[in-house]
Amino acid sequence: MRKANIKNKLVTATINGYKITVPADTTILEAAKQAGFNIPTLCHHPDLKPRATCRVCLVEVKGQRRFQTACNTPVGEGNEIITNSQAIREARKTMLELILADHPQDCLQCSRNQNCELQSLANEYQIRENPFVRSAQNLPLEDSNPAIVRDMNKCIKCGRCVEVCQEVLQVAAINTAHRSGDFCISTAFAESLADSPCVYCGQCIAVCPVGALKEKDDTAKVWQALNNPELHVVVQTAPAVRVTLGEEFGQKPGNITTGKMIAALKRLGFDKVFDTNFTADLTVIEESRELLGRLKDKGDLPLLTSCSPGWINYIEKMYPELLPYVSTCKSPQQMFGALAKTYYAEKAEIPPEKMFVVSIMPCTAKKYECTRPEMRSSGYQDVDIVLTTRELAQMIKQTGVDFAALPEAEYDEPFRVSTGAAAIFGASGGVMEAALRTVYETVAGKTLEDLDFKMVRGLGGIKEATVDLAGKKLKVAVVNGLGNAKVLLEKIKAGECQYHFIEIMACPGGCVGGGGQPFGTTKAEKERRLEALYTLDENSTLRRSHENPAVTQVYEDFLKKILVSNVHELLHTYYTDRKY
Amino acid sequence: MKDFMNELRKEQVLKIIKEKGAVKENMLAILLAIQEASGRNYVHREWAKWVAEALGLPLSKVYDVLTFYAMFSTKPRGKFLLEICNSAPCHVAKSAVVVQMFTEELGIKMGETTADNLFTLQYTSCVGACDIGPVVKIGEKVYGHLTAAKVTQIIQTYREGAPCLN
Amino acid sequence: MSKLMPLLSANFGKIRPTSVEEYVCTGGFTGLRKAIKMTPQEIIDEVKTAKLRGRGGAGYPTGAKWQQLYDIKHSPKYIVCNADEGEPGTFKDKRLLEKDPLRVIEGMTIAGYVFNAQEGYIYIRGEYAAQQRVFQEAVDQAVAAGYLGENILGTEYSYHIHVMTGAGAYVCGENSALLNSLEGKAGRPRVKPPHLAEVGLFQQPTLVNNVESFANIPTIVQIGGEKYLGYGTPESGGTKLICLSGTVANPGVYEIPFGITLRDIIYDEELGGGPGAKKKVKFFHLGGQSGPCGFLSQLDTAYCYQALREKGLSVGSGAIVVLDESVCVIDYLLTVTQFFMHESCGKCTPCREGNKQIYALLEKFSQGKATTADLQLLQRLSNLLPKTSFCGLGQAAATALSTCLKSLRSEFEAHIAGSCPAGVCFTKQGSGDR
Repeated sequence: MRKANIKNKLVTATINGYKITVPADTTILEAAKQAGFNIPTLCHHPDLKPRATCRVCLVEVKGQRRFQTACNTPVGEGNEIITNSQAIREARKTMLELILADHPQDCLQCSRNQNCELQSLANEYQIRENPFVRSAQNLPLEDSNPAIVRDMNKCIKCGRCVEVCQEVLQVAAINTAHRSGDFCISTAFAESLADSPCVYCGQCIAVCPVGALKEKDDTAKVWQALNNPELHVVVQTAPAVRVTLGEEFGQKPGNITTGKMIAALKRLGFDKVFDTNFTADLTVIEESRELLGRLKDKGDLPLLTSCSPGWINYIEKMYPELLPYVSTCKSPQQMFGALAKTYYAEKAEIPPEKMFVVSIMPCTAKKYECTRPEMRSSGYQDVDIVLTTRELAQMIKQTGVDFAALPEAEYDEPFRVSTGAAAIFGASGGVMEAALRTVYETVAGKTLEDLDFKMVRGLGGIKEATVDLAGKKLKVAVVNGLGNAKVLLEKIKAGECQYHFIEIMACPGGCVGGGGQPFGTTKAEKERRLEALYTLDENSTLRRSHENPAVTQVYEDFLKKILVSNVHELLHTYYTDRKY
Repeated sequence: MKDFMNELRKEQVLKIIKEKGAVKENMLAILLAIQEASGRNYVHREWAKWVAEALGLPLSKVYDVLTFYAMFSTKPRGKFLLEICNSAPCHVAKSAVVVQMFTEELGIKMGETTADNLFTLQYTSCVGACDIGPVVKIGEKVYGHLTAAKVTQIIQTYREGAPCLN
Repeated sequence: MSKLMPLLSANFGKIRPTSVEEYVCTGGFTGLRKAIKMTPQEIIDEVKTAKLRGRGGAGYPTGAKWQQLYDIKHSPKYIVCNADEGEPGTFKDKRLLEKDPLRVIEGMTIAGYVFNAQEGYIYIRGEYAAQQRVFQEAVDQAVAAGYLGENILGTEYSYHIHVMTGAGAYVCGENSALLNSLEGKAGRPRVKPPHLAEVGLFQQPTLVNNVESFANIPTIVQIGGEKYLGYGTPESGGTKLICLSGTVANPGVYEIPFGITLRDIIYDEELGGGPGAKKKVKFFHLGGQSGPCGFLSQLDTAYCYQALREKGLSVGSGAIVVLDESVCVIDYLLTVTQFFMHESCGKCTPCREGNKQIYALLEKFSQGKATTADLQLLQRLSNLLPKTSFCGLGQAAATALSTCLKSLRSEFEAHIAGSCPAGVCFTKQGSGDR
């Protein structure tokens, strides 16, 4: 799209009488913020293109007979803009009343009670009575899959989920449909999410302003397990959770809360608190071996990473013919579950059927991943329940724990020690960087001095690098956001792909931006969380996965003592053609 | 899942797509042609899927088109759609009476299809025949100045096969 | 002195519509022949002088629109003819398409020449399948005769017209929604800015004009803008195809010069012929469902853009629905509202929810259950819809209601008190054909 010669051009206008000068393509919304006036929005999202359909962000521009939507209207030279006149406030109120007339009135039962953008606005505009006729819907709940629940009665048709699914992720499982009062957000032919291209990445949930989309609430099952004296309940925590959890308790994004998170989990009643980072190191070792194997034997290249279950769902549904390129390594979550119910069960002398494994993830797709039929290498469901960052926060709040006042606690053995390489798994580019540190040292036979591969870091959708492996050039790429993955997959299909190794994360920014993270996440929060992960890495004593002594111990004590096929069974997996 | 009888084979659908031209802009023309070829005035999910594949679009986008426009249906209808205009000029010309005449003659309500799958009665917005209202549109033909006798005659003619009325 | 002025309709019923030979015999394609010897700016200047205004309904000055697009230095540019004609009460584009399609083709081709466009598209509503076929035949004949296609009239200029179909959506009459539909998507309007002149069809600068607008272009080029202007009034050049329907003796399409009065149009024997024996006109609806209602006190207004606008009325599409005393205003407005409800694309709050609420309120009136508070709520909604809706459909959906609230408030009050002056409400079993 072209912009007509307005680069570097400034415009002057007034907002509520205050003079402002801004670049010509600044929206009224942005300009008003600079002038200190917040304009309420509902369908607008800072990381998405404006759709301007809720009509809440209306403002008056003198001389124009229609109100303008601030989210998408650029400031014009000489505009006199009013954002808070009586007429505007009444217009906004009417828009809200109209939306609320078509919305269930059960805030008290809703999962977004006190954390809902519509509710906040209704309160702000003091909507106590609604003069409009209620057009009550009675649509059935869609919750026939393990990860995502859709309650379309609550949908306010803001379209953010469609923008994310169609344009950003390009999964296109949901879209607008119908028109008039029947206008809705739907899958094709109203099929279930399971039958649709949906990959359960949960990005739709992440942007939903109300309670129309949410994850399957598994907290009740965890409470039940914790209260069952027969069960030995253990929990593993993903890398991204520890730099995010604090936000649910009013802390800044990127606050490193590892110690308090562990303490909180212990107070919830978990018998052991383990670190998924441990198995992240294990994954690096297994995957590096796999990469080197393929390089040596001229196997299927590029090797594609496999720890993002949203991404795995995507390739199974959309590009099953490319499955041979995917690493056979399980995700750290699943490797952990398998080891917990075999290695750890043996060590702790607990029968595996009495072991209950919970994982805390920034992810919704992992709720599906743990139910996959092939994830039962221990003979039981390796990971029993996955909880999102949001669900964990709920449980902690319910116990009345004062999160900030908690003492710092430590992970339990034998899954305590992890490296900086593992910590950065939560970042897009983290898996790649971690793997490169190990691959380099294995091939080059010498220590890597500078452990930072900065060119694969950051929120960019497609990042590339060429690494010199003792003479041989290794071309790698890092992709986040499935829309970007599509680009590379098409190249692979056409035989035009030059890369040897590609890291693919379904969610934009990687796990820090996962579908299970706190509501209201934008690029700004993701940046802070990323910074924290790299800080954790830098401050780690061990920064290379192959230096993790606890991981070495698992190989020595256990993995090397069982049949190779069993090792493969525990730590590796296979995929299924589920072409849509 | 095959809910309904599949009237069109893949070759037929692909042929239609090829005739119209397999580019995104021809989406509406392609779907209308498929609908007509079905003999039941609808587009089955499977045919929509073939269109999506041929045009390089997700099925969810084709579904949006199929549900947005009033002329499409994703469920089978009668061989003949009897579309009675209920916009204001026809309403003022007493389209309510026309509705009564048709529902009585066919023994079905608006929105329903006769048991022999021959006729579906539905409303339509203005079809640009306001000077001869109230009107019913059947396929390409628009019949105006309707009386009870005319209604009976129209139905009879369509029952017998191809319409040749003016 | 006849009140009719056949400029556009001169060939109706007089020639075989797709015959290039017969079209040329009556003077067809002289405009094009003249145009290719003029510069684009000269042609635009004639259109400006002619004071031609968009004939689809918006009435935007065509000359200004062409100038804006001409000044954008980006190619390729596309020409699109809006033949969606979904406005109830409007059927004049249908006439042009089926009775003189070559005139429309000539106009589109002159426009193509002005903007150096190679491709033109005509978007004809799906319900006009028969007219689509006639138009395609006309296109093929024009190509065969060298007036369209490669090397038009032996020049280096090539231009193709593609006939595209709609599938039943009034909102596709809105230009940006039309372009989305043309691109094969659901026809919901686009976020603006950017405007169509900059980012239009396939992201390129695009001209969208109505059938009748294009049909006027050959005449304007042929006789010159000033002469064309002279047929009308100083600010409304030329003629208008009006469509009469409703409770009027002679419904149909008539071509009138701007400036005759509404009274002429409705009562003159040559035109409307009045409401019929023993009937009296109660009100009339101008410009289609999206236009204002007019009342007896306004009958002597000159039918032209400015005079009508001063009286709170408008030309719109040229539709004029005449309504006699047997029509209940509430019942009528229910039909109008239902139309907008059904045709709303659904994406913006005021149109999707607002029309629903207006309908529910009007139903209360028609059932004798309305209160004064309901009347105030109706007023509030009718004030807000035009100011808050995403596109022209929502903006205009409550226009008829607004004008009736202003000038026939007594009908609303009567219904609150439990009486229907036309004897329609409270006597029906249910609401008939809804």
